[in-house]
Amino acid sequence: MRPTARGRALFALAVAAVAAWSLAPFLWQLITSLKPAAEVAAVPVRYWPSTLDLSSYAQMFRARPFALYIWNSFVVGVGTTALTTALGVCAAYAFSRLGLPGGRAALIAILGLSLFPGTVLIVPLKMLAAKAGLLNSRLGLVIAYTALNLPFAVWVLKAFFDRLPKDIEEAAWLDGLSRWQTLWMIVLPLAAPAVATTAILVFIFSWNEFLIAQTLVSRDAARTVPVGIAMLSGVTVYEVPWGQIAAAVVVTTLPVVAMVLAFQRRIVEGLTAGAVKG
Amino acid sequence: MRDHSRAGAVNWLYAAPALLVMAVVSLLPIGYTFRLAGEYHRLWVDTRFWPVVRTTLSLTAVTVALELLLGLAMALVLWSPFPGRGLVRAVVLIPWALPTAVMAMAWRWIFNADSGVMGDLMFRLGLAASPQVPWLADATSAFWAIVLADVWKTTPFMAVLLMSGLAAIPDELYEAAAIDGAGPVRRFLVVTLPLLKPTIVVAVIFRAIQTFGLFDLVFVLTGGGPGGRTQTIAVYAYDVVFRYQELAYGCALVVAMALCLVLMTSLMLAASRRGGAR
Repeated sequence: MRPTARGRALFALAVAAVAAWSLAPFLWQLITSLKPAAEVAAVPVRYWPSTLDLSSYAQMFRARPFALYIWNSFVVGVGTTALTTALGVCAAYAFSRLGLPGGRAALIAILGLSLFPGTVLIVPLKMLAAKAGLLNSRLGLVIAYTALNLPFAVWVLKAFFDRLPKDIEEAAWLDGLSRWQTLWMIVLPLAAPAVATTAILVFIFSWNEFLIAQTLVSRDAARTVPVGIAMLSGVTVYEVPWGQIAAAVVVTTLPVVAMVLAFQRRIVEGLTAGAVKG
Repeated sequence: MRDHSRAGAVNWLYAAPALLVMAVVSLLPIGYTFRLAGEYHRLWVDTRFWPVVRTTLSLTAVTVALELLLGLAMALVLWSPFPGRGLVRAVVLIPWALPTAVMAMAWRWIFNADSGVMGDLMFRLGLAASPQVPWLADATSAFWAIVLADVWKTTPFMAVLLMSGLAAIPDELYEAAAIDGAGPVRRFLVVTLPLLKPTIVVAVIFRAIQTFGLFDLVFVLTGGGPGGRTQTIAVYAYDVVFRYQELAYGCALVVAMALCLVLMTSLMLAASRRGGAR
């Protein structure tokens, strides 16, 4: 298995190709966003801006309430992540440790639920939200996203709890801790890496969600970034503001890029646990 | 351990909040969609329905096939140890983590008819007669634009799943094959591929289900156009419900979609079982 020099060069080429393919569309948005207005839609295409120009970013915040959209996305993301992890930890602990009668069937039902595409529930979901006064509300989105992310959270966390040694918890019970105390004081600290993994993935899912946000929200007050950007598609008579869109794409995707770069290992672990153990 | 089963029913309380949220916000709406659905007879006479099913099926087949091939190549590259592997793995994950609707806008810019970079690149490579190519105005090229954007986005996910399968293959098998004089290609065919098969089956079914329900990418990139020729079932159902306000028929479409999903999944499972070696 000793690679030859030519083999190594070919391999390096493959790695470079994979990285370039993954980054190219994002980099093109970055370059577009930094061009002066006159060069954005230049014909022929300009591959490099003559000067760096940040006016697309300034305009994007002026033309639409993008700061509000970003804030909404952030609030919904944090709310969803907190609620999903809290409920998911309790449920996963119960399924993993508390010997629930019928627990296996419930877990399979939860998995089945997560296989339905979002389209299956949006019509009644909208009616439900209207009835509960949760249309155009960030809370409405948090509740909907929590429900959609819980199957994944429960499965990943359960898979992790299953691997934790039981004797520590048993010792804690013997020491007189209640089961509830054991969960929060003993198990949760041990499970911190899995909880963090789940939280990161849930945040990414909710930051990215489009269909439900588009359906439940029709006012800027609760509009999230993906919907805000898609609305710029400009089926209007005006020209589509590609420079601003590129700036908005960069601003929206940068937090996700940062998360991926920082937490690559956790994300891979969470994805495999969620998809394959299922 | 002893007091577990005695308190069995009480232990359900740990899972109750999560189950309640899923029941009210996912299960109930799914059930209600089935109740709202009506006018099924229109499915047979709707001249849009079968083309939409065909588009959805071809999109699923083409995308998942390309994704499996590229994902396998990507997984093999990223699985081998090399300096900077963590960073490259993170970079490769970026497309998967970015918001689909947001990147769909980015792809619209790339495929822009007047100053899109795709047309310019093709022209420079001598693959197009002019840099101005109306990619999204032609049904065939719009279809392939969707395929490219989706393959770009979801291949990393496939690669991650396949890497988890590669991780489960014991090194001794490769060593044994090497001692028997098997070269890299032969080792791939005799050891890697057969042992990876269960993972491949899970990953393909999972991705097929997701692609079949594809909404946001199509909705933002082509809007289902030109003339509805790139509509997936999800996009068509969304239009029927929210644009034409035909609730009963829209839900019937969604129910048909769910049934197609079940059928598709069972066929794939059956095929993989019949393929031997479970």
